Amino acid sequence: MSERYTLTEAAVGTLIDTIAKSGRRVLGPKLVANRIEITDLKTFAELAQDGQAVVSAKGVVFPKVERLFKYRFEGGKTIALDDVEPNAQPTVLFGVRPCEARAFHALDVVFNWDSKDKFFNARMANTTVVGMACTKADESCFCTSIGSRPDDTQDSDILLSPRKAGGFVAEVLTEKGKVLVALAKDAFQPLAGNAELIPPATVAPAFDAKDLQQKLAAKFDSPLWAEQSLRCIGCGACAFVCPTCVCFDMQDEADTKQGQRLRSWDSCGMRIFTLHASGHNPRDKQSQRWRQRVYHKFSYYPERLGTLGCVGCGKCSRACPVDMNLKQHLAEAASKG
Amino acid sequence: MADAFEPKMTAFVCNWCTYAGADLTGTSRIKYQSNVRVIRLPCTGRIDFMMVMKAFSRGSDGVIISGCHPNDCHYTSGNYHARRRWMVFRDLMDFMGIDLRRVTFSWVSAAEGAKWAELVNEATNTVRALGPYKEIQQLTAVGID
Amino acid sequence: MEDLNNKAKQLLESGAVKVVIGYGKGTGDTRRPIFVRAAEHTGDLVFDAACTQNLATYLTKAEVRAMGKMAIVAIPSTLRSILQLAAEKQLREENVLALTVLDGSLRELATFAAIEETVATIPDAISNADQQMIDKLTAMSVSERRAFWAAELNRCVKCYACRSSCPMCYCERCTMDSNRPQWIPVASHAVGNLEYHMVRAMHLAGRCVQCGTCGAACPVGIPVHLLTIFAEGTVRQHFGQKGGASAKLDYAMTTFKPDDKETFIR
Repeated sequence: MSERYTLTEAAVGTLIDTIAKSGRRVLGPKLVANRIEITDLKTFAELAQDGQAVVSAKGVVFPKVERLFKYRFEGGKTIALDDVEPNAQPTVLFGVRPCEARAFHALDVVFNWDSKDKFFNARMANTTVVGMACTKADESCFCTSIGSRPDDTQDSDILLSPRKAGGFVAEVLTEKGKVLVALAKDAFQPLAGNAELIPPATVAPAFDAKDLQQKLAAKFDSPLWAEQSLRCIGCGACAFVCPTCVCFDMQDEADTKQGQRLRSWDSCGMRIFTLHASGHNPRDKQSQRWRQRVYHKFSYYPERLGTLGCVGCGKCSRACPVDMNLKQHLAEAASKG
Repeated sequence: MADAFEPKMTAFVCNWCTYAGADLTGTSRIKYQSNVRVIRLPCTGRIDFMMVMKAFSRGSDGVIISGCHPNDCHYTSGNYHARRRWMVFRDLMDFMGIDLRRVTFSWVSAAEGAKWAELVNEATNTVRALGPYKEIQQLTAVGID
Repeated sequence: MEDLNNKAKQLLESGAVKVVIGYGKGTGDTRRPIFVRAAEHTGDLVFDAACTQNLATYLTKAEVRAMGKMAIVAIPSTLRSILQLAAEKQLREENVLALTVLDGSLRELATFAAIEETVATIPDAISNADQQMIDKLTAMSVSERRAFWAAELNRCVKCYACRSSCPMCYCERCTMDSNRPQWIPVASHAVGNLEYHMVRAMHLAGRCVQCGTCGAACPVGIPVHLLTIFAEGTVRQHFGQKGGASAKLDYAMTTFKPDDKETFIR
């Protein structure tokens, strides 16, 4: 059902402008003090066309801190609960990588698994994803190992691909994408003739996720996990920059009069993640937590939810303070036996 | 007529000296501004540096910390430890952009009823002139989506 | 480097140490922590200007300690961390051996006394960039500093990479993880971030060895090391005590002098 158009760079600028004027928030990768952040995007010139944001765009649908409801103590045993409407501001994510776009599906299967998460769904419904194909990759990227490609269209509403002569081809893939086209019809010219795209980046596969999933079945007790996790310091950097990581903590912050329940990001790599009130911790060693991370994403997710819990973006590896380089670890896990 | 701004002052004081001193202020019928809420602790050595920040983020516009004079601590050395702690924390607070004019440190003994009143009045006047500490109070709503 | 590899080989072959904690080739031009236990892998050890991470945090990691006596490839800040850990009774002399390269030659430091002597000859150095940043901040007005830290801490996601990478943050029950009472909010909102970083800086005052590893670890580039370096500097300035100078505890925040001089108590 996809339609293809061309846009000049100027037209992209017009498109961004028009979207902003329509009252939608435009967020995209921008270089801020030599780091790429997903933040307010005003012009095409600001858009970082190469490289990846350090922290993923998942904060748009699953923020690092989110209020779920408020409450008031009204005397005696009376507690008044106040619903909170999710802040589902209409948003366009402009120029995110195809791997980042795919991640929304992995979030969706969890947030709509056994109960429909009102907050995620409200935000997701109001978010349109305009992806941009990658013409460059770095040594941390491994989208091709998990069944994707640098120009993957999956889960983008529109995918922009840069052309050799400048400008972009836009592939409009969904109804949400069509809505954006209708907003700025003049920016989108019909594609006549050859697209002449800049070839997508070359990302040599380091392993095959399906193969890894099968091999993991026999590796639960392997000494590999202890070896690989020796340098892991158990922080949450990988989990928090990851576009598919979805674990969260619930915190009640209250005083004697009122309070609020907050949901915030959590990481299975942290020691107290599975600490029970009894004091028992089923994952007290870093090797158990590291193994959990790999299995969760590459074994349990596909088994139970029918989708991988990883999009191969490599943000985890780039953010890791001790260079865990997940692509290397996963390739090793897939290669031995 | 609109209500003029009245600062909320929180005072962390030690039981043996300043709290007793404040009692003396009362029994001596010395008047002082009533903006202050006094929190009694056994010793200034018990005061966690974060109590100052908690007071600000919970709505205080100014904080007073007061205890026994050096050498007079009921627990011998609690105030010495407190003094060291404040020397470092004050610098850190300043480095992170907390307005030190809103924090007053003092030694007030059980006999210094008049000093307590003076201290509270001066601190309250200073903070009244500075206005509400909105910068920190508003922080509680920031960063929650 | 050859000296280092040979020394490591010798130590492992003789059984003098069970693991050599050092640097290996990482992704691209980076270096990563490695744990060499077999003599035939000592060739993996590298030591050059790219080795900047303070590896002392592994000296308190249970899985590493369980291996037995540890040798550690030490940059100057690692040596200081060893002393500070020793002072705080987190390390025994018989459990650690420092290997350091100074003026081009390899030195094996087997005792805390030897490490103290060596550390005394190495000038403390905060990088120029960091010193400039601290100077820039101290020259700002209070509200400018507030705005600076608010903007920086806004990016904080409470991943605790800073805490986890710091050799001095070894507490198994960190105050941040306590919930009876919950002193510091867990969530990474503005108050939670401000309070966390303040508390961490205070808990490191006088203990920080100014290695900058926390700031380097931060995935979103917040210069958190400036806070801990500043706090340690304050202790140095007021009390003349500094982190990582000696294996004997000299901790300003739990001691006092009756005539400590301050300028602000009425």
